[in-house]
Amino acid sequence: MKILVPVKRVVDYNVKVRVKADGTGVDIANVKMSMNPFDEIAVEEAVRLKEKGAATEVIAVSCGVTQCQETLRTAMAIGADRGILVECADELQPLAVAKLLKALVDKEQPGLVILGKQAIDDDCNQTGQMLAALADLPQATFASKVEVADGKLKVTREIDGGLETLSMAMPAVVTTDLRLNEPRYVTLPNIMKAKKKLLAIVKPADLGVDVAPRIKTLKVAEPPKRGAGVKVADVAALVDKLKNEAKVI
Amino acid sequence: MAALVNVLVVAEHDHGTLKGATLNTVTAALQCGGEVHVLVAGENARGAAQAAAQIAGVAKVLHADGASLKEQLAESVAAQVLAVARNYSHLLFPATAHGKNVAPRVAALLDVGQISDATKIIGADTFERPIYAGNAIATVQSSDATKVITVRTTGFDAAGSGGGATVETITAVADSGRSRFLCSEIAKSDRPELIAAKIIVSGGRAMGSSEKFNEVLTPLADKLGAALGASRAAVDAGYAPNDWQVGQTGKIVAPQLYIAAGISGAIQHLAGMKDSKVIVAINKDPEAPIFSIADYGLEADLFAAVPELVQALGS
Repeated sequence: MKILVPVKRVVDYNVKVRVKADGTGVDIANVKMSMNPFDEIAVEEAVRLKEKGAATEVIAVSCGVTQCQETLRTAMAIGADRGILVECADELQPLAVAKLLKALVDKEQPGLVILGKQAIDDDCNQTGQMLAALADLPQATFASKVEVADGKLKVTREIDGGLETLSMAMPAVVTTDLRLNEPRYVTLPNIMKAKKKLLAIVKPADLGVDVAPRIKTLKVAEPPKRGAGVKVADVAALVDKLKNEAKVI
Repeated sequence: MAALVNVLVVAEHDHGTLKGATLNTVTAALQCGGEVHVLVAGENARGAAQAAAQIAGVAKVLHADGASLKEQLAESVAAQVLAVARNYSHLLFPATAHGKNVAPRVAALLDVGQISDATKIIGADTFERPIYAGNAIATVQSSDATKVITVRTTGFDAAGSGGGATVETITAVADSGRSRFLCSEIAKSDRPELIAAKIIVSGGRAMGSSEKFNEVLTPLADKLGAALGASRAAVDAGYAPNDWQVGQTGKIVAPQLYIAAGISGAIQHLAGMKDSKVIVAINKDPEAPIFSIADYGLEADLFAAVPELVQALGS
Protein backbone atom coordinates (compact mmCIF):
# COMPACT_ATOMS: atom_id res chain seq x y z
CA MET A 1 0.00 0.00 0.00
CA LYS A 2 1.16 3.49 -0.86
CA ILE A 3 0.54 6.39 1.49
CA LEU A 4 0.28 9.91 0.11
CA VAL A 5 1.19 12.68 2.58
CA PRO A 6 0.47 16.26 1.53
CA VAL A 7 2.68 18.78 3.34
CA LYS A 8 2.42 22.56 3.40
CA ARG A 9 5.18 25.12 3.77
CA VAL A 10 4.08 27.72 6.31
CA VAL A 11 5.50 30.46 8.51
CA ASP A 12 7.19 28.71 11.45
CA TYR A 13 4.89 28.41 14.46
CA ASN A 14 7.30 30.39 16.65
CA VAL A 15 7.14 33.46 14.42
CA LYS A 16 4.72 36.19 15.36
CA VAL A 17 3.60 37.54 12.01
CA ARG A 18 3.19 41.23 11.28
CA VAL A 19 0.44 42.69 9.19
CA LYS A 20 1.79 44.75 6.27
CA ALA A 21 1.25 48.47 6.60
CA ASP A 22 -0.73 48.62 3.35
CA GLY A 23 -3.19 45.99 4.61
CA THR A 24 -2.57 43.59 1.72
CA GLY A 25 -1.46 40.68 3.84
CA VAL A 26 1.09 39.60 6.40
CA ASP A 27 4.80 40.16 5.93
CA ILE A 28 6.44 36.82 5.26
CA ALA A 29 9.62 38.17 3.65
CA ASN A 30 12.69 36.89 5.51
CA VAL A 31 10.75 34.98 8.13
CA LYS A 32 11.51 31.38 9.00
CA MET A 33 9.39 28.88 7.08
CA SER A 34 8.74 25.31 8.21
CA MET A 35 6.53 22.35 7.54
CA ASN A 36 3.02 22.82 8.92
CA PRO A 37 3.22 21.03 12.32
CA PHE A 38 0.09 18.95 11.68
CA ASP A 39 1.59 17.74 8.39
CA GLU A 40 4.77 16.76 10.20
CA ILE A 41 2.61 14.56 12.44
CA ALA A 42 1.07 13.11 9.25
CA VAL A 43 4.50 12.28 7.78
CA GLU A 44 5.56 10.66 11.05
CA GLU A 45 2.39 8.54 11.14
CA ALA A 46 2.86 7.42 7.54
CA VAL A 47 6.48 6.49 8.18
CA ARG A 48 5.49 4.55 11.32
CA LEU A 49 2.87 2.63 9.31
CA LYS A 50 5.57 1.74 6.81
CA GLU A 51 7.95 0.70 9.58
CA LYS A 52 5.21 -1.56 10.98
CA GLY A 53 4.82 -3.16 7.56
CA ALA A 54 1.36 -1.72 6.89
CA ALA A 55 2.62 0.37 3.96
CA THR A 56 5.20 -0.11 1.24
CA GLU A 57 5.86 3.45 0.10
CA VAL A 58 5.37 6.93 1.53
CA ILE A 59 5.04 9.73 -1.01
CA ALA A 60 5.19 13.33 0.21
CA VAL A 61 3.53 15.97 -1.93
CA SER A 62 3.55 19.73 -1.62
CA CYS A 63 1.69 22.34 -3.65
CA GLY A 64 3.23 25.77 -3.91
CA VAL A 65 6.37 27.73 -4.66
CA THR A 66 9.79 26.32 -5.61
CA GLN A 67 10.97 26.52 -1.99
CA CYS A 68 8.43 23.85 -1.03
CA GLN A 69 11.19 21.48 -2.17
CA GLU A 70 12.80 22.15 1.23
CA THR A 71 9.60 21.05 2.94
CA LEU A 72 9.57 17.89 0.84
CA ARG A 73 13.22 17.21 1.74
CA THR A 74 12.26 17.49 5.41
CA ALA A 75 9.47 14.96 4.85
CA MET A 76 11.96 12.66 3.14
CA ALA A 77 14.41 13.11 6.02
CA ILE A 78 11.67 11.92 8.40
CA GLY A 79 11.30 8.89 6.15
CA ALA A 80 9.14 9.56 3.10
CA ASP A 81 10.48 7.64 0.09
CA ARG A 82 9.97 10.24 -2.59
CA GLY A 83 8.46 13.65 -3.18
CA ILE A 84 6.23 15.41 -5.66
CA LEU A 85 6.10 19.18 -5.95
CA VAL A 86 3.13 20.69 -7.71
CA GLU A 87 4.85 23.94 -8.50
CA CYS A 88 2.76 27.08 -8.62
CA ALA A 89 3.74 30.63 -7.75
CA ASP A 90 0.15 31.82 -7.42
CA GLU A 91 -1.96 31.66 -4.29
CA LEU A 92 -3.44 28.21 -3.81
CA GLN A 93 -6.65 27.94 -1.81
CA PRO A 94 -7.83 24.70 -0.16
CA LEU A 95 -10.27 23.81 -2.97
CA ALA A 96 -7.48 24.14 -5.56
CA VAL A 97 -5.09 22.07 -3.44
CA ALA A 98 -7.77 19.40 -2.95
CA LYS A 99 -8.24 19.23 -6.74
CA LEU A 100 -4.49 18.89 -7.32
CA LEU A 101 -4.32 16.14 -4.70
CA LYS A 102 -7.32 14.40 -6.26
CA ALA A 103 -5.44 14.28 -9.57
CA LEU A 104 -2.43 12.78 -7.79
CA VAL A 105 -4.63 10.25 -5.98
CA ASP A 106 -5.97 9.15 -9.37
CA LYS A 107 -2.43 8.78 -10.66
CA GLU A 108 -0.70 7.19 -7.65
CA GLN A 109 -3.65 5.17 -6.28
CA PRO A 110 -2.62 5.35 -2.62
CA GLY A 111 -4.44 3.24 -0.02
CA LEU A 112 -4.29 6.11 2.43
CA VAL A 113 -3.91 9.88 2.26
CA ILE A 114 -2.90 11.40 5.57
CA LEU A 115 -2.49 15.14 6.12
CA GLY A 116 -2.74 17.80 8.81
CA LYS A 117 -6.18 18.86 9.96
CA GLN A 118 -5.34 22.50 9.36
CA ALA A 119 -2.48 24.71 8.30
CA ILE A 120 -1.35 27.21 10.89
CA ASP A 121 -1.21 30.09 8.41
CA ASP A 122 -4.71 30.31 6.93
CA ASP A 123 -6.26 28.13 9.70
CA CYS A 124 -8.79 26.81 7.14
CA ASN A 125 -9.22 23.16 8.14
CA GLN A 126 -10.68 22.21 4.74
CA THR A 127 -8.26 20.40 2.43
CA GLY A 128 -8.59 16.83 3.73
CA GLN A 129 -12.37 16.89 3.80
CA MET A 130 -12.51 18.47 0.33
CA LEU A 131 -10.16 15.84 -1.08
CA ALA A 132 -12.23 13.05 0.46
CA ALA A 133 -15.39 14.48 -1.11
CA LEU A 134 -13.83 15.02 -4.57
CA ALA A 135 -12.18 11.59 -4.64
CA ASP A 136 -15.32 9.99 -3.19
CA LEU A 137 -13.37 8.47 -0.31
CA PRO A 138 -14.37 7.98 3.32
CA GLN A 139 -12.83 10.45 5.72
CA ALA A 140 -11.64 10.45 9.31
CA THR A 141 -10.67 13.91 10.49
CA PHE A 142 -8.88 15.02 13.68
CA ALA A 143 -7.30 11.61 14.25
CA SER A 144 -5.64 10.78 17.54
CA LYS A 145 -5.11 7.08 16.74
CA VAL A 146 -4.78 5.25 13.41
CA GLU A 147 -4.71 1.47 13.00
CA VAL A 148 -4.60 -0.60 9.82
CA ALA A 149 -5.89 -4.17 10.07
CA ASP A 150 -7.34 -6.60 7.51
CA GLY A 151 -7.42 -3.96 4.82
CA LYS A 152 -9.53 -1.71 7.01
CA LEU A 153 -8.76 1.47 8.78
CA LYS A 154 -9.72 2.12 12.38
CA VAL A 155 -9.41 5.74 13.44
CA THR A 156 -10.05 7.38 16.79
CA ARG A 157 -11.13 10.99 16.31
CA GLU A 158 -11.12 13.97 18.62
CA ILE A 159 -14.60 15.42 18.78
CA ASP A 160 -16.25 18.00 21.04
CA GLY A 161 -16.68 16.33 24.41
CA GLY A 162 -14.42 13.34 23.84
CA LEU A 163 -13.43 10.76 21.27
CA GLU A 164 -15.14 8.57 18.69
CA THR A 165 -13.84 5.61 16.75
CA LEU A 166 -14.72 4.90 13.12
CA SER A 167 -13.99 1.97 10.87
CA MET A 168 -13.68 2.38 7.12
CA ALA A 169 -12.52 0.66 3.97
CA MET A 170 -9.40 1.92 2.24
CA PRO A 171 -8.53 3.99 0.33
CA ALA A 172 -9.47 6.71 2.80
CA VAL A 173 -8.43 10.20 3.87
CA VAL A 174 -7.24 10.89 7.41
CA THR A 175 -6.43 14.28 8.92
CA THR A 176 -4.21 14.46 11.98
CA ASP A 177 -4.79 16.09 15.32
CA LEU A 178 -2.02 17.12 17.69
CA ARG A 179 -1.96 14.03 19.87
CA LEU A 180 -1.57 11.42 17.13
CA ASN A 181 2.18 11.13 17.65
CA GLU A 182 5.33 13.07 18.40
CA PRO A 183 7.39 13.46 15.24
CA ARG A 184 10.96 12.23 15.47
CA TYR A 185 13.94 14.53 15.22
CA VAL A 186 15.56 14.30 11.84
CA THR A 187 19.16 13.16 12.00
CA LEU A 188 22.01 14.44 9.85
CA PRO A 189 22.51 11.10 8.04
CA ASN A 190 18.81 11.07 7.17
CA ILE A 191 18.99 14.65 5.92
CA MET A 192 21.88 13.60 3.69
CA LYS A 193 19.97 10.54 2.47
CA ALA A 194 16.89 12.68 1.75
CA LYS A 195 18.90 14.78 -0.69
CA LYS A 196 19.32 11.74 -2.91
CA LYS A 197 15.67 10.74 -2.95
CA LEU A 198 13.52 11.33 -6.01
CA LEU A 199 11.69 14.65 -6.19
CA ALA A 200 9.41 15.09 -9.19
CA ILE A 201 8.07 18.48 -10.24
CA VAL A 202 4.76 18.93 -12.02
CA LYS A 203 2.60 21.96 -12.81
CA PRO A 204 -1.12 22.35 -12.10
CA ALA A 205 -1.71 22.40 -15.88
CA ASP A 206 -0.03 18.98 -16.18
CA LEU A 207 -2.70 17.68 -13.83
CA GLY A 208 -5.45 19.52 -15.70
CA VAL A 209 -6.50 21.54 -12.69
CA ASP A 210 -7.74 25.13 -12.68
CA VAL A 211 -6.33 26.64 -9.49
CA ALA A 212 -7.85 30.13 -9.77
CA PRO A 213 -8.75 31.44 -6.29
CA ARG A 214 -12.45 31.63 -5.44
CA ILE A 215 -12.11 33.83 -2.42
CA LYS A 216 -10.56 37.25 -2.64
CA THR A 217 -8.79 38.84 0.29
CA LEU A 218 -9.84 42.48 0.35
CA LYS A 219 -7.87 43.52 3.39
CA VAL A 220 -5.76 42.15 6.21
CA ALA A 221 -5.72 44.09 9.46
CA GLU A 222 -4.29 43.85 12.95
CA PRO A 223 -6.74 42.38 15.43
CA PRO A 224 -8.09 44.76 18.06
CA LYS A 225 -5.44 45.13 20.73
CA ARG A 226 -6.20 43.99 24.20
CA GLY A 227 -4.19 45.99 26.68
CA ALA A 228 -2.79 44.74 29.93
CA GLY A 229 -4.94 45.51 32.93
CA VAL A 230 -3.70 45.82 36.45
CA LYS A 231 -1.74 43.62 38.78
CA VAL A 232 -3.53 42.95 42.02
CA ALA A 233 -1.66 42.54 45.30
CA ASP A 234 -3.41 39.51 46.69
CA VAL A 235 -6.41 37.20 46.46
CA ALA A 236 -8.61 39.54 48.47
CA ALA A 237 -7.94 42.37 46.04
CA LEU A 238 -8.69 40.04 43.11
CA VAL A 239 -12.03 38.97 44.55
CA ASP A 240 -12.91 42.60 45.22
CA LYS A 241 -12.13 43.57 41.61
CA LEU A 242 -14.11 40.66 40.16
CA LYS A 243 -17.13 41.36 42.36
CA ASN A 244 -17.22 45.14 42.38
CA GLU A 245 -15.39 46.38 39.29
CA ALA A 246 -15.82 43.71 36.61
CA LYS A 247 -19.00 42.34 38.23
CA VAL A 248 -18.48 38.89 36.73
CA ILE A 249 -18.91 36.82 39.89
CA MET B 1 -31.50 43.56 -8.72
CA ALA B 2 -29.51 42.02 -5.93
CA ALA B 3 -29.18 38.27 -5.96
CA LEU B 4 -31.73 36.49 -3.83
CA VAL B 5 -30.42 35.57 -0.41
CA ASN B 6 -31.65 32.39 1.25
CA VAL B 7 -29.69 31.03 4.15
CA LEU B 8 -29.61 27.48 5.46
CA VAL B 9 -28.14 26.82 8.90
CA VAL B 10 -27.05 23.22 9.40
CA ALA B 11 -27.96 22.53 13.02
CA GLU B 12 -25.69 20.79 15.48
CA HIS B 13 -27.72 18.63 17.85
CA ASP B 14 -27.81 15.39 19.77
CA HIS B 15 -31.13 14.44 18.14
CA GLY B 16 -33.13 15.27 21.27
CA THR B 17 -31.86 18.80 21.78
CA LEU B 18 -30.06 21.52 19.85
CA LYS B 19 -26.46 22.37 20.66
CA GLY B 20 -25.92 25.96 21.70
CA ALA B 21 -23.57 26.66 18.78
CA THR B 22 -26.58 26.44 16.45
CA LEU B 23 -28.04 29.58 18.05
CA ASN B 24 -24.92 31.66 17.40
CA THR B 25 -24.91 30.41 13.81
CA VAL B 26 -28.52 31.53 13.33
CA THR B 27 -27.52 35.03 14.44
CA ALA B 28 -24.80 35.07 11.77
CA ALA B 29 -27.34 33.76 9.25
CA LEU B 30 -29.79 36.57 10.01
CA GLN B 31 -27.00 39.07 9.31
CA CYS B 32 -26.52 37.65 5.81
CA GLY B 33 -30.01 38.93 4.95
CA GLY B 34 -32.86 36.98 3.43
CA GLU B 35 -34.86 34.13 4.86
CA VAL B 36 -33.21 31.76 7.35
CA HIS B 37 -33.99 28.04 7.38
CA VAL B 38 -32.51 25.42 9.68
CA LEU B 39 -31.73 21.84 8.66
CA VAL B 40 -31.99 19.23 11.40
CA ALA B 41 -30.60 15.98 10.04
CA GLY B 42 -30.74 13.17 12.59
CA GLU B 43 -32.47 10.08 13.83
CA ASN B 44 -35.51 10.51 16.06
CA ALA B 45 -34.56 14.16 16.03
CA ARG B 46 -38.05 15.56 16.48
CA GLY B 47 -36.94 17.18 19.72
CA ALA B 48 -34.14 19.07 18.03
CA ALA B 49 -36.38 20.05 15.09
CA GLN B 50 -39.02 21.42 17.45
CA ALA B 51 -36.35 23.36 19.33
CA ALA B 52 -35.05 24.82 16.06
CA ALA B 53 -38.57 25.99 15.20
CA GLN B 54 -38.60 28.05 18.40
CA ILE B 55 -35.51 30.08 17.49
CA ALA B 56 -36.40 33.71 16.85
CA GLY B 57 -35.95 34.69 13.20
CA VAL B 58 -36.07 31.19 11.71
CA ALA B 59 -38.67 30.94 8.94
CA LYS B 60 -38.60 27.20 8.31
CA VAL B 61 -37.07 24.03 9.70
CA LEU B 62 -36.19 21.16 7.39
CA HIS B 63 -36.24 17.89 9.29
CA ALA B 64 -34.63 14.81 7.79
CA ASP B 65 -34.92 11.70 9.92
CA GLY B 66 -33.26 8.38 9.26
CA ALA B 67 -30.88 5.73 10.55
CA SER B 68 -28.22 6.99 8.11
CA LEU B 69 -28.01 10.17 10.19
CA LYS B 70 -27.76 8.55 13.60
CA GLU B 71 -24.01 8.85 14.05
CA GLN B 72 -23.72 12.19 12.23
CA LEU B 73 -21.01 10.85 9.93
CA ALA B 74 -19.61 13.49 7.59
CA GLU B 75 -20.46 11.55 4.42
CA SER B 76 -24.16 11.25 5.30
CA VAL B 77 -24.70 14.70 6.77
CA ALA B 78 -22.95 16.33 3.79
CA ALA B 79 -25.13 14.33 1.39
CA GLN B 80 -28.22 15.52 3.27
CA VAL B 81 -27.13 19.14 2.98
CA LEU B 82 -26.39 18.70 -0.73
CA ALA B 83 -29.87 17.30 -1.28
CA VAL B 84 -31.34 20.73 -0.49
CA ALA B 85 -28.36 23.01 -1.21
CA ARG B 86 -29.61 24.25 -4.58
CA ASN B 87 -32.37 26.23 -2.84
CA TYR B 88 -29.90 28.33 -0.89
CA SER B 89 -27.36 31.06 -1.52
CA HIS B 90 -25.66 30.52 1.87
CA LEU B 91 -24.96 27.34 3.83
CA LEU B 92 -23.82 28.04 7.38
CA PHE B 93 -22.35 25.58 9.88
CA PRO B 94 -21.12 26.19 13.41
CA ALA B 95 -17.29 26.06 13.41
CA THR B 96 -17.28 23.13 15.84
CA ALA B 97 -15.57 19.76 15.38
CA HIS B 98 -18.75 18.54 13.69
CA GLY B 99 -19.28 21.55 11.44
CA LYS B 100 -15.63 21.59 10.39
CA ASN B 101 -15.87 17.91 9.53
CA VAL B 102 -18.87 18.29 7.22
CA ALA B 103 -18.78 21.77 5.64
CA PRO B 104 -15.71 21.36 3.38
CA ARG B 105 -17.23 18.23 1.82
CA VAL B 106 -20.30 20.24 0.91
CA ALA B 107 -18.21 23.09 -0.50
CA ALA B 108 -16.05 20.77 -2.59
CA LEU B 109 -19.01 18.94 -4.08
CA LEU B 110 -20.63 22.27 -4.97
CA ASP B 111 -17.26 23.33 -6.43
CA VAL B 112 -17.09 26.44 -4.24
CA GLY B 113 -14.54 27.79 -1.82
CA GLN B 114 -15.28 27.79 1.89
CA ILE B 115 -15.03 30.61 4.40
CA SER B 116 -13.80 29.09 7.66
CA ASP B 117 -14.42 30.58 11.10
CA ALA B 118 -16.26 33.73 10.03
CA THR B 119 -16.26 36.21 12.91
CA LYS B 120 -18.19 39.00 11.19
CA ILE B 121 -20.73 39.20 8.36
CA ILE B 122 -19.97 42.42 6.48
CA GLY B 123 -22.29 41.80 3.56
CA ALA B 124 -23.91 38.89 1.77
CA ASP B 125 -20.57 38.02 0.10
CA THR B 126 -18.01 39.65 2.42
CA PHE B 127 -16.83 38.31 5.74
CA GLU B 128 -14.14 38.70 8.35
CA ARG B 129 -12.12 35.75 9.57
CA PRO B 130 -9.00 35.41 11.69
CA ILE B 131 -5.81 33.98 10.19
CA TYR B 132 -2.42 33.15 11.75
CA ALA B 133 -3.93 32.17 15.10
CA GLY B 134 -5.87 35.41 15.22
CA ASN B 135 -2.79 37.57 14.79
CA ALA B 136 -4.38 39.05 11.68
CA ILE B 137 -7.96 39.55 10.58
CA ALA B 138 -8.72 39.04 6.89
CA THR B 139 -11.68 40.58 5.11
CA VAL B 140 -12.60 38.14 2.36
CA GLN B 141 -15.07 38.18 -0.49
CA SER B 142 -16.52 35.11 -2.14
CA SER B 143 -17.36 35.14 -5.84
CA ASP B 144 -18.98 31.70 -5.73
CA ALA B 145 -22.70 31.22 -6.33
CA THR B 146 -23.13 29.44 -3.01
CA LYS B 147 -21.36 30.67 0.10
CA VAL B 148 -20.33 27.85 2.40
CA ILE B 149 -19.34 29.27 5.77
CA THR B 150 -18.37 27.94 9.16
CA VAL B 151 -19.25 30.41 11.89
CA ARG B 152 -17.03 31.03 14.88
CA THR B 153 -19.57 30.97 17.67
CA THR B 154 -17.72 33.46 19.88
CA GLY B 155 -18.22 36.11 17.18
CA PHE B 156 -22.01 36.10 17.44
CA ASP B 157 -24.55 36.22 20.26
CA ALA B 158 -26.96 33.32 20.64
CA ALA B 159 -30.27 33.87 18.85
CA GLY B 160 -33.26 34.24 21.13
CA SER B 161 -36.36 32.11 21.38
CA GLY B 162 -39.99 32.88 20.65
CA GLY B 163 -40.03 31.90 16.98
CA GLY B 164 -42.70 29.76 15.45
CA ALA B 165 -41.24 28.29 12.27
CA THR B 166 -42.97 25.56 10.33
CA VAL B 167 -41.28 22.17 10.35
CA GLU B 168 -41.12 20.47 6.97
CA THR B 169 -40.17 16.82 6.80
CA ILE B 170 -37.75 15.91 4.03
CA THR B 171 -36.50 12.51 2.92
CA ALA B 172 -33.37 11.31 4.66
CA VAL B 173 -30.46 10.29 2.46
CA ALA B 174 -29.41 6.67 2.23
CA ASP B 175 -26.40 5.50 4.22
CA SER B 176 -23.23 6.10 2.23
CA GLY B 177 -21.81 2.88 3.67
CA ARG B 178 -18.39 4.52 3.47
CA SER B 179 -17.54 4.56 7.14
CA ARG B 180 -18.95 2.90 10.17
CA PHE B 181 -19.23 4.20 13.71
CA LEU B 182 -17.68 1.84 16.25
CA CYS B 183 -17.78 3.59 19.60
CA SER B 184 -17.33 6.86 21.41
CA GLU B 185 -16.02 7.97 24.75
CA ILE B 186 -17.75 11.12 25.78
CA ALA B 187 -16.79 12.38 29.21
CA LYS B 188 -19.87 12.67 31.38
CA SER B 189 -19.86 15.89 33.28
CA ASP B 190 -22.28 18.21 35.01
CA ARG B 191 -20.10 21.13 34.07
CA PRO B 192 -21.10 23.53 31.32
CA GLU B 193 -19.75 22.86 27.82
CA LEU B 194 -16.39 24.54 27.34
CA ILE B 195 -17.42 26.62 24.32
CA ALA B 196 -20.67 27.75 25.96
CA ALA B 197 -19.48 28.32 29.54
CA LYS B 198 -19.86 31.73 31.19
CA ILE B 199 -16.81 31.10 33.35
CA ILE B 200 -13.76 28.98 32.51
CA VAL B 201 -10.98 27.92 34.87
CA SER B 202 -7.95 26.87 32.86
CA GLY B 203 -4.67 25.30 33.93
CA GLY B 204 -1.24 25.18 32.38
CA ARG B 205 1.96 23.19 32.61
CA ALA B 206 2.67 24.63 36.07
CA MET B 207 -0.07 22.38 37.46
CA GLY B 208 2.57 19.65 37.49
CA SER B 209 0.36 16.56 37.33
CA SER B 210 -3.19 15.49 36.55
CA GLU B 211 -3.75 14.87 40.28
CA LYS B 212 -2.72 18.43 41.13
CA PHE B 213 -4.72 19.78 38.20
CA ASN B 214 -7.88 18.22 39.60
CA GLU B 215 -7.10 18.81 43.24
CA VAL B 216 -6.41 22.53 42.78
CA LEU B 217 -8.69 23.62 39.94
CA THR B 218 -11.80 21.46 40.41
CA PRO B 219 -12.87 23.16 43.69
CA LEU B 220 -12.57 26.57 42.03
CA ALA B 221 -14.55 25.44 38.99
CA ASP B 222 -17.19 23.90 41.26
CA LYS B 223 -17.44 27.09 43.28
CA LEU B 224 -17.91 29.22 40.17
CA GLY B 225 -20.02 26.77 38.17
CA ALA B 226 -17.25 26.97 35.59
CA ALA B 227 -16.01 24.72 32.80
CA LEU B 228 -12.44 23.47 33.00
CA GLY B 229 -9.93 24.21 30.27
CA ALA B 230 -6.23 23.69 29.73
CA SER B 231 -3.28 24.93 27.74
CA ARG B 232 -1.71 22.73 25.10
CA ALA B 233 1.29 22.17 27.35
CA ALA B 234 -0.95 20.81 30.11
CA VAL B 235 -2.79 18.53 27.68
CA ASP B 236 0.43 17.32 26.08
CA ALA B 237 1.76 16.49 29.54
CA GLY B 238 -1.36 14.43 30.21
CA TYR B 239 -2.72 16.66 32.98
CA ALA B 240 -6.04 17.24 31.23
CA PRO B 241 -8.11 15.53 28.49
CA ASN B 242 -7.50 16.49 24.87
CA ASP B 243 -10.85 18.18 24.36
CA TRP B 244 -10.13 20.65 27.16
CA GLN B 245 -7.44 22.35 25.09
CA VAL B 246 -8.08 26.03 24.54
CA GLY B 247 -6.16 27.63 21.70
CA GLN B 248 -5.59 28.02 17.97
CA THR B 249 -6.01 24.34 17.29
CA GLY B 250 -8.29 23.50 20.19
CA LYS B 251 -11.40 25.24 21.45
CA ILE B 252 -11.99 28.93 20.82
CA VAL B 253 -13.76 30.40 23.82
CA ALA B 254 -15.01 33.80 24.94
CA PRO B 255 -16.55 33.49 28.39
CA GLN B 256 -17.47 36.33 30.72
CA LEU B 257 -14.58 35.32 32.95
CA TYR B 258 -11.47 33.31 32.04
CA ILE B 259 -9.13 32.37 34.87
CA ALA B 260 -5.72 31.21 33.64
CA ALA B 261 -3.76 29.44 36.35
CA GLY B 262 -0.14 28.61 35.67
CA ILE B 263 -0.50 29.36 31.95
CA SER B 264 2.39 31.36 30.50
CA GLY B 265 0.40 32.55 27.48
CA ALA B 266 1.84 31.28 24.20
CA ILE B 267 0.29 33.03 21.18
CA GLN B 268 -1.45 29.79 20.24
CA HIS B 269 -3.20 29.76 23.63
CA LEU B 270 -4.06 33.47 23.53
CA ALA B 271 -5.67 32.85 20.13
CA GLY B 272 -8.24 30.68 21.83
CA MET B 273 -9.27 32.94 24.70
CA LYS B 274 -8.32 36.56 24.08
CA ASP B 275 -11.90 37.56 23.30
CA SER B 276 -13.00 36.65 26.82
CA LYS B 277 -14.69 39.56 28.57
CA VAL B 278 -12.54 39.47 31.70
CA ILE B 279 -9.23 37.61 31.92
CA VAL B 280 -7.55 36.77 35.21
CA ALA B 281 -4.00 35.44 35.21
CA ILE B 282 -2.43 33.73 38.19
CA ASN B 283 1.24 33.05 37.61
CA LYS B 284 4.38 33.31 39.67
CA ASP B 285 6.50 34.44 36.71
CA PRO B 286 6.18 38.25 36.50
CA GLU B 287 7.35 38.11 32.86
CA ALA B 288 4.67 35.63 31.71
CA PRO B 289 3.11 36.91 28.45
CA ILE B 290 -0.37 36.11 29.79
CA PHE B 291 -0.08 39.23 31.99
CA SER B 292 0.06 41.40 28.86
CA ILE B 293 -3.57 40.63 28.07
CA ALA B 294 -4.98 39.93 31.54
CA ASP B 295 -7.40 42.43 33.07
CA TYR B 296 -6.33 41.30 36.51
CA GLY B 297 -2.94 39.73 37.09
CA LEU B 298 -2.02 38.04 40.34
CA GLU B 299 1.66 37.32 40.66
CA ALA B 300 1.59 34.40 43.05
CA ASP B 301 2.13 30.69 43.49
CA LEU B 302 -1.08 29.19 42.17
CA PHE B 303 -0.93 26.30 44.64
CA ALA B 304 -1.43 28.83 47.43
CA ALA B 305 -3.49 31.44 45.58
CA VAL B 306 -6.15 29.18 44.04
CA PRO B 307 -7.19 27.46 47.30
CA GLU B 308 -7.20 30.89 48.94
CA LEU B 309 -9.46 32.13 46.14
CA VAL B 310 -11.82 29.20 46.72
CA GLN B 311 -11.92 30.13 50.42
CA ALA B 312 -12.52 33.79 49.69
CA LEU B 313 -15.39 32.98 47.34
CA GLY B 314 -16.97 30.70 49.90
CA SER B 315 -17.57 33.40 52.43
